[in-house]
Amino acid sequence: MTSVLLIAERDVLGEISQSTLQLISAANELDDPQLTVAIAGSAPESATSLAIGKLVTLPAISDDEVGIYDQITADVAALVTSTNPDIVILSKSDFGTVVGSRVAFRLDLALASDCIAISNSGGMVNVTRPVYGGSALAEFEFASSPAVVTLRPGAYEPNVDAGSPSIEAFESVVAVNKAASVTGTVAQAGEGVRLEDASFVISGGRGLGGAEPFSVLADLANALGGAVGASRAACDAGWIDHSHQVGLTGKSVSPDVYMAVGISGASQHMAGCSSSRVIVAINKDGDSNIFKEARFGVVGDWEKVLPSFLATVRELRA
Amino acid sequence: MTVRIVVLAKQVPDPETPPSQFKIDESTNKVIPPNGVPPVVNGFDLNAVEAAMRIRDSGADVEITVLSAGSHFVMDAMKKPLAMGADRLVLVDDTGLDEIDSAATVKVLAAAIKKDGPYDLVLGGRQASDWDQAHVTLGLAEILELPLVSLVQKLELKNDSVLLQRVIPDGYQEITAPIPSVITITNEIGEPRYPNLRGIMQASRKKPEFFSLADLGLSLSDLTPKLVLKKLYVPESNKQVELIVGEDEADSGKKLALRLREEKLI
Repeated sequence: MTSVLLIAERDVLGEISQSTLQLISAANELDDPQLTVAIAGSAPESATSLAIGKLVTLPAISDDEVGIYDQITADVAALVTSTNPDIVILSKSDFGTVVGSRVAFRLDLALASDCIAISNSGGMVNVTRPVYGGSALAEFEFASSPAVVTLRPGAYEPNVDAGSPSIEAFESVVAVNKAASVTGTVAQAGEGVRLEDASFVISGGRGLGGAEPFSVLADLANALGGAVGASRAACDAGWIDHSHQVGLTGKSVSPDVYMAVGISGASQHMAGCSSSRVIVAINKDGDSNIFKEARFGVVGDWEKVLPSFLATVRELRA
Repeated sequence: MTVRIVVLAKQVPDPETPPSQFKIDESTNKVIPPNGVPPVVNGFDLNAVEAAMRIRDSGADVEITVLSAGSHFVMDAMKKPLAMGADRLVLVDDTGLDEIDSAATVKVLAAAIKKDGPYDLVLGGRQASDWDQAHVTLGLAEILELPLVSLVQKLELKNDSVLLQRVIPDGYQEITAPIPSVITITNEIGEPRYPNLRGIMQASRKKPEFFSLADLGLSLSDLTPKLVLKKLYVPESNKQVELIVGEDEADSGKKLALRLREEKLI
């Protein structure tokens, strides 16, 4: 039997997140799994109707705690100590990264983050994770227990049956003095379709050479009802705001079409777009790595290729 | 009063190494250093050096120490933060550190910080570009029992606290943290400054200060990995690109649009 504690997150509506359902799918593939899901705040119906063994509610996360997570870290650590599971799994989200790392180091537990696969047999837990920005894969074995794992969103399908778990409230007695606190939130949401939700994304990289060409990309995105992305190099150069950054340290997108213009296809960038249905590359260097990742490609100068592409798109959609 | 800042820095293989030159020795599970591509300081850690320098630029009296634990240090790489303006470079140098995991790295850095401290701020990059774990700075906050704020793009000293902007997916949070705190810096802060000639000259004259594990009261037996690397390999790609070739580049653009329509993609 493998006892697994999953730390849930919520979507914007307060329901259990797709990434949490993916954790459950991953845990269900373990050896004879016994699943407990812990969620902060009162449980939504999407959580109380899951096919899991037990649902545990933790104290809610207050607004000035989001991002700092002092109290929830203390609560999860107390829950891990009192239930001593074999494996603790969180999403590799902002929440999961902070809480997972803090709980593991606080309790002196081994931690593997951003994993794409987890398995166990004969009492040993194994994980696979991309390293070197995705250029390589590494397989690790945990030499201590409980194992703490964060899973990359999208690594597993969110297939979870309906059920009726037992529900209990975990009242932590740990009082935390808030050391840092959130005093405000500034939204910088762009106009139009959200990058993460777009079915068509056109991204520009170092090969664009400046800020101006991003307006051409925006025209194309508008014509196709899509969104504009960028490589980290383009964002760091100040050509476009960092909220457009796609990649390992930016946003992860999975549109139907991901069009990469003047992007070399470094593994760090591909980590943010490799789950796209189709990748289309336009790059004047035919040897660049992006052509190894793309389904369709044009070797050529984007300044000549894109205008006729856009004109044809407009004709087709007219 | 001088504000003492320590910036954690890691020597990593150059992430700009072309994929064709990225090779792994599968018998030792190690990356084969590519010819002519020297290691660099992890780029995110240079973002943290930049953050420390901006505190100095704001007029505060700061001492900036760069701390690293590892082995086979290449001084041309490790001195870059000094050339950017940092004051000291402290290296925990031991070949045994080649084989340790991030939990052990945290132990070593925590011991070095306790010995060399106290510090008012501990800054680190959001993650290292080799193992991409993003553990060390976060874990250090736990071991040092200090407040932690991650993914910071801007910071400003104010009395006995530090005002921070923490990046979230569509904007940022404003956070007030006490001193001392542990803070991870993200690349949204902007490109690290290029060292100027004066900085480079000063860096060349500065000597790193070295700690051995024994100086820190540690031995390798304290640093046994809890996460054991079993296999490291380059995944195979089986994707086949269909190149669209027109009469000229403009014609290629048109044909690409038609082909994507044929596939019902646009």
